[in-house]
Amino acid sequence: MEKDNKTTGKVVGIVSNLVMVEVDGPVAQNEICFISLGNESLMAEVIKVVGKVAYVQVFESTRGLKTGSKVEFQGHLLEVTLGPGILSRNYDGLQNDLDKMEGIFLKRGEYTDPLNREKKWAFKPIAKVGDEVQAGDWLGEVNENDQPHKIMVPFKMKGSFKIKEIVPEGEYIVDHNIAVVEDEDGAETRLTMVQKWPVKLAVGSYKEKPRPFKLLETGVRCMDTLNPITEGGTGFIPGPFGTGKTVLQHAISKQAEADIVIIAACGERANEVVEVFTEFPELEDPRTGKKLIERTIIIANTSNMPVAAREASVYTAMTIGEYYRAMGLKVLLMADSTSRWAQALREMSNRLEELPGPDAFPMDLSAVISNFYSRAGFVYLNNGSTGSITFIGTVSPAGGNLKEPVTESTRKAARCFYGLSQARADSKRYPAIDPIDSYSKYLEYPEVQENLARNVGDSWLNEVNKAKDVLLRGKEAMEQINILGDDGVPIGFHETFWKSELIDFVILQQDAFDKIDSSTPMKRQQYMLSKVLDVVDSSFAFNHFEDVSSFFKEVINEFKQMNYSEFDSDNFKQHEEALEKLLKTQAN
Amino acid sequence: MESQAFQKVYTKLTNITKATVTLKAKEIGYDEIASVNGKLAQVVKITGDDVTLQIFEGTEGIPTNAHVSFFGKPPQLKVSDELAGRFFNAYGDPIDGGPEIQGEVRDIGSPSVNPVRRKQPSNLIATGIAGIDLNNTLVSGQKIPFFADPDQPYNQVMAMVALRAKADKIILGGMGLTNDDYLYFKNVFDNAGALDRIVSFVNTTENPPVERLLVPDMALTAAEYFAVDKNESVLVLLTDMTLYADALSIVSNRMDQIPSKDSMPGSLYSDLAKIYEKAVQFPSGGSITIIAVTTLSGGDITHAIPDNTGYITEGQLFLRRDSDIGKVIVDPFRSLSRLKQLVIGKQTREDHPQVMNSAIRLFADAANARTKLENGFDLTDYDERTLKFAKEYSDQILAIDVNVDTDTMLDITWELFGKHFKKAEVAIRENLVEKYWKS
Repeated sequence: MEKDNKTTGKVVGIVSNLVMVEVDGPVAQNEICFISLGNESLMAEVIKVVGKVAYVQVFESTRGLKTGSKVEFQGHLLEVTLGPGILSRNYDGLQNDLDKMEGIFLKRGEYTDPLNREKKWAFKPIAKVGDEVQAGDWLGEVNENDQPHKIMVPFKMKGSFKIKEIVPEGEYIVDHNIAVVEDEDGAETRLTMVQKWPVKLAVGSYKEKPRPFKLLETGVRCMDTLNPITEGGTGFIPGPFGTGKTVLQHAISKQAEADIVIIAACGERANEVVEVFTEFPELEDPRTGKKLIERTIIIANTSNMPVAAREASVYTAMTIGEYYRAMGLKVLLMADSTSRWAQALREMSNRLEELPGPDAFPMDLSAVISNFYSRAGFVYLNNGSTGSITFIGTVSPAGGNLKEPVTESTRKAARCFYGLSQARADSKRYPAIDPIDSYSKYLEYPEVQENLARNVGDSWLNEVNKAKDVLLRGKEAMEQINILGDDGVPIGFHETFWKSELIDFVILQQDAFDKIDSSTPMKRQQYMLSKVLDVVDSSFAFNHFEDVSSFFKEVINEFKQMNYSEFDSDNFKQHEEALEKLLKTQAN
Repeated sequence: MESQAFQKVYTKLTNITKATVTLKAKEIGYDEIASVNGKLAQVVKITGDDVTLQIFEGTEGIPTNAHVSFFGKPPQLKVSDELAGRFFNAYGDPIDGGPEIQGEVRDIGSPSVNPVRRKQPSNLIATGIAGIDLNNTLVSGQKIPFFADPDQPYNQVMAMVALRAKADKIILGGMGLTNDDYLYFKNVFDNAGALDRIVSFVNTTENPPVERLLVPDMALTAAEYFAVDKNESVLVLLTDMTLYADALSIVSNRMDQIPSKDSMPGSLYSDLAKIYEKAVQFPSGGSITIIAVTTLSGGDITHAIPDNTGYITEGQLFLRRDSDIGKVIVDPFRSLSRLKQLVIGKQTREDHPQVMNSAIRLFADAANARTKLENGFDLTDYDERTLKFAKEYSDQILAIDVNVDTDTMLDITWELFGKHFKKAEVAIRENLVEKYWKS
């Protein structure tokens, strides 16, 4: 769709950020245009064309815009710029570098370069002259915050090419011509370290996308132990406000075993993004000893920033993720929240006066969401290396109702469901992930089961299922106790209930603000679970139901002190001993 | 807003609804204001030469030959130190009989702060109310609403918080305030001798509802002036945001937009976020903190207005009458301050977070015990003790008439722990128990 002459047009109508433009030539759906308003030019995207009128959604405020204003179409879709220097940057939804903007307030029509064009990168060639290459193949490598940032044949290039020239090892700026390739007809293309890609299209430069099979450790016990997510997996976290969605997401992004973490703050609170800005440069990555910010990219399009750019922001994040995946890296992408993105779609659909679907969302909402989730995944690249994008989105269901369209549509697309429960949050049982309603479909994959047996332990899956059974039985026992009264049920019911409470307090509940408890490595999770299950398997002698609760409260207390102590430390062992002693007092 | 000599005057309306008029006009800017027979209006839609204006006062009595002139600018406010101590209507005109304000003219509803230029909020705002300071600590730069039933004393609690919070400026944005409440605020601030640091923008129930749409932007433009230009800490009180949202739905309804949940416009979330997100801590020391009121109908927080608000604000405060002690308390279960983690245990004593959590857990156990009691079951010894604890905790900590400092609140709670429970039942980290346990 590249055009020689740019199509132009003039504004004929304005409703909020929807602008109608009468055009003098061809325009494409989703094509980008700029509307001039005084000295400023406002970026916009075509979302509908009727006859000679293109409907464009403007990524900025349209205050003061008049009919007759000139519009220039750019001949390309909304694109991101990909190259070294993206890590630890803070972008808005359109990939403008927020740090480069002047002043305290965002200025309308100010677009900044996402890359640093002056910085020199130490380039090492990987490919050599004469090699046959195709889109996504690695030409060379630069060191970006100690990540091997691969310089690739641009994703846009179709067909196979032969390398004619490639620069030797050395320091180059991103715009330097690092290679020349030649297609089958002998036409030459000069390549730099920079390429562009339209965000709404998936990058397809890989060989194969198998089912995910490897566990992705997050350090969050109620995920890793009960409902694990995989490398390249998809999950979603719905929950009413105040149930700890954001705290959970931050915990995952701090601790997860990923090379690159992309945080898309999509229509959420600005102070939450500021928290990431403030904390990540200070926090140490437990695996590399470097600062977390060095492997993090933040796409901040907070709730007060323009709505149309909010819609773009999740795509921008995903495309950057796909770029790093093509380098053979493990990417974790977190979007908070996909409901805001859906609402942005709704606002636009509403202005376009489209017939509404459920709750006034556009009819194709479900398709749009599925399509987006499908861009995550584990891949084998053309050279046999592997890369992955694990995607976890939060959903903010209106009124806490999980039957609303965004939650329902997401449920169809995502494989892990971490439902946050208001009741758990009210009783401060954090993370408030409901252990009974939540699920991970990956646990049913034979390849995941095999992987868990090999890496965690042969009996692991059985233990996990057992813990789930105990939780379910505990819930049933509690319901019975509530109906029949404490002394209306056999003492065994109390024991069953308290055994599930033990798992709840020791395994499920985790203090995200405690240095030690906040992140639990898999090895420790396994140790604690089998320890807890030992207690569950033991039989105890109780004379009265009140003894059951007071005994288990003491047991829980010792376990909690263990959770708060460094693994295998003296303190830890001390409490473990105290626990053993305590257990003997009631042993049957 | 006088019309000027060179302005073109239009005299032919093609369309009139309850809130909008449409006419043919050229060279009109989006969002700009106009006067229609002396009534203030704003451009909300342009299609070709058809310009639709939203009339803030309503369209009653507007004839098809009304005089329409455009001002070529969005709604504005004059800002200067003269604002302090004054009362204005929704248009920023004085209503206290005082002189016009001299100052710099600023557009209202200005762009948002670049997120990378914000500073993480980190200054505790002490209110003396333990239900807030202990369990739901407020931080400067935060935005938090009271979710209240219309009969609850939210305006009183808000005024109390405002006066104790030691802000440099307090800006009141009153939307659909009853005249009585308006006078209440005026009196309380006056009696406290605080009038010189208060700016009020008031739309009372006597004024047309659509005018309310201007109030938050006016209040926040004034707040930004004091916070950015003067580096002051500014507290903005917005009451009642439910009435603001109702005005939004009136306008969107008149413009034939498809309503989403609860007949609210589909853009409700963004509209509310634009206001609340003005809360900010600037690196230079100035800050804007927003405390708002969202009234609920029948306590329903799943309604679109409180629901969307909850997703935007950094927590919410609930008031509830505790029948055991006959006082209004800050509900510890449903109230939440999201930013409290930034200050508790840091600017307050180290035991604050754990004490807070344990006390609430025990309070929840008491609620379960009460349910048991109501269902006619026998209570265990533990249940009895939680109930006793809960009553004293309500009275000495949660009641809104408590006014003590945070250390005292913590000491009181430890005393209650020691009085009613064993150490293992409280389940607090060992080293803290050793240090603070009172038996």
